[in-house]
Amino acid sequence: MSGRVASLLKRDLARLLLGGRGGGALMPVLFFLSVAMLYPFAVGPDAPLLARTGGGVIWVAALLAAILPLDRLVEPDIEQGQFDQWALRGISEELVIAVRVLAHWLSFGPPLMLATLPAAALLGLEAKTLRIVELGLLAGTPGLAALGVTVAALTAGLRGGAALAGLLVIPMAVPILIFGAGSLAIGGESGLALTGAASLVLLAIAPFAGGAAVRAARG
Amino acid sequence: MQEVKIAIRELACRRGDRLLFRGLSMDLNAGQAVQVAGGNGIGKSSLLRIVAGLAPAFAGTVERAGAIGLVDERPALDPTRSLGDALAFWQAIDGTAPDEARAALERLGLADLTDVPVRYLSTGQKKRAALARLIGQNAPLWLLDEPLNGLDVHAVALTETIVREHCAGGGIALVASHQPFALPGLRSLALADYAA
Repeated sequence: MSGRVASLLKRDLARLLLGGRGGGALMPVLFFLSVAMLYPFAVGPDAPLLARTGGGVIWVAALLAAILPLDRLVEPDIEQGQFDQWALRGISEELVIAVRVLAHWLSFGPPLMLATLPAAALLGLEAKTLRIVELGLLAGTPGLAALGVTVAALTAGLRGGAALAGLLVIPMAVPILIFGAGSLAIGGESGLALTGAASLVLLAIAPFAGGAAVRAARG
Repeated sequence: MQEVKIAIRELACRRGDRLLFRGLSMDLNAGQAVQVAGGNGIGKSSLLRIVAGLAPAFAGTVERAGAIGLVDERPALDPTRSLGDALAFWQAIDGTAPDEARAALERLGLADLTDVPVRYLSTGQKKRAALARLIGQNAPLWLLDEPLNGLDVHAVALTETIVREHCAGGGIALVASHQPFALPGLRSLALADYAA
């Protein structure tokens, strides 16, 4: 059993982290950095304003970057018949989805947290703010990964599924965004705990909701 | 060897609003092979998916004893990875012995293609790769959906030989194909007889 989980995780990471079509983990990171770079151009070089709003921009950029790989998270495996082959071998959809959430998080969470360092420099964030942003991302990105995989499974096989997935993720990510970005406000550190709580709820639901969605898509 | 069988009782299949076939009963025991014949859209693939347990039956039951190996039009190999990596994934899942996997590749003429990304393979080569995956799975029940599509004359004969050996070894093969499939003792099931 654990051997199968390791094989699934290895394959998922090869697809999501290292590339293939879509550029692997690099694309979301570059997207994230370019949003962080554009923001000072848009609002002007007002250092106090940038420092005050920069943390929120990083959160929005992280959310948008998490949406980028949605269309290749689940749909290709349904299309190419992998899920059918797993089902024949007694590997449940829930297990595959749980492994996929982990692989998806590994391929965008830690890279985004690394990319936050140069982004914070671009926006002139203070070290204290940066620390809270990083902790918030650590607590929030697993939830974003779970949400992304769930929604990708729900919209797999639908016409315009990729665009729909993005639209669906944004409202459902609002709690993570509110608590995560809210933890940057003065006295808002408890937001970190709430971000983590929202993440845990999403992580608990994802394998079952995603697995049911894959079975429903099989028809 | 453990008991292997497929027992189909009064099976009916519905796709959307249409009843495709009904009242289908059939027994397959160790060493037997059946070709499901019939025109396009008559329900051959649906029958295989129901037998595999991947689709619900509208009515009736399917009993299976033994693991199922399925080859259909989708090879279930990652298009962006090399053939060797894509097959190695399934070998790890299925616990295939490396010698056996290499022998299957050589036999199917794929040994020189392991570095080629799956998306660059031809239809017939992908079909052979799916057969290599099936052989490595070591499942006694083979469900083959149009296994000869896209194969050249040599590969057709090779596929027939592989299925014959599988049945001779006590396996079961259920082949859905509109093309003739040469196999001694192959029973034919005309799905049109059960059309609703």
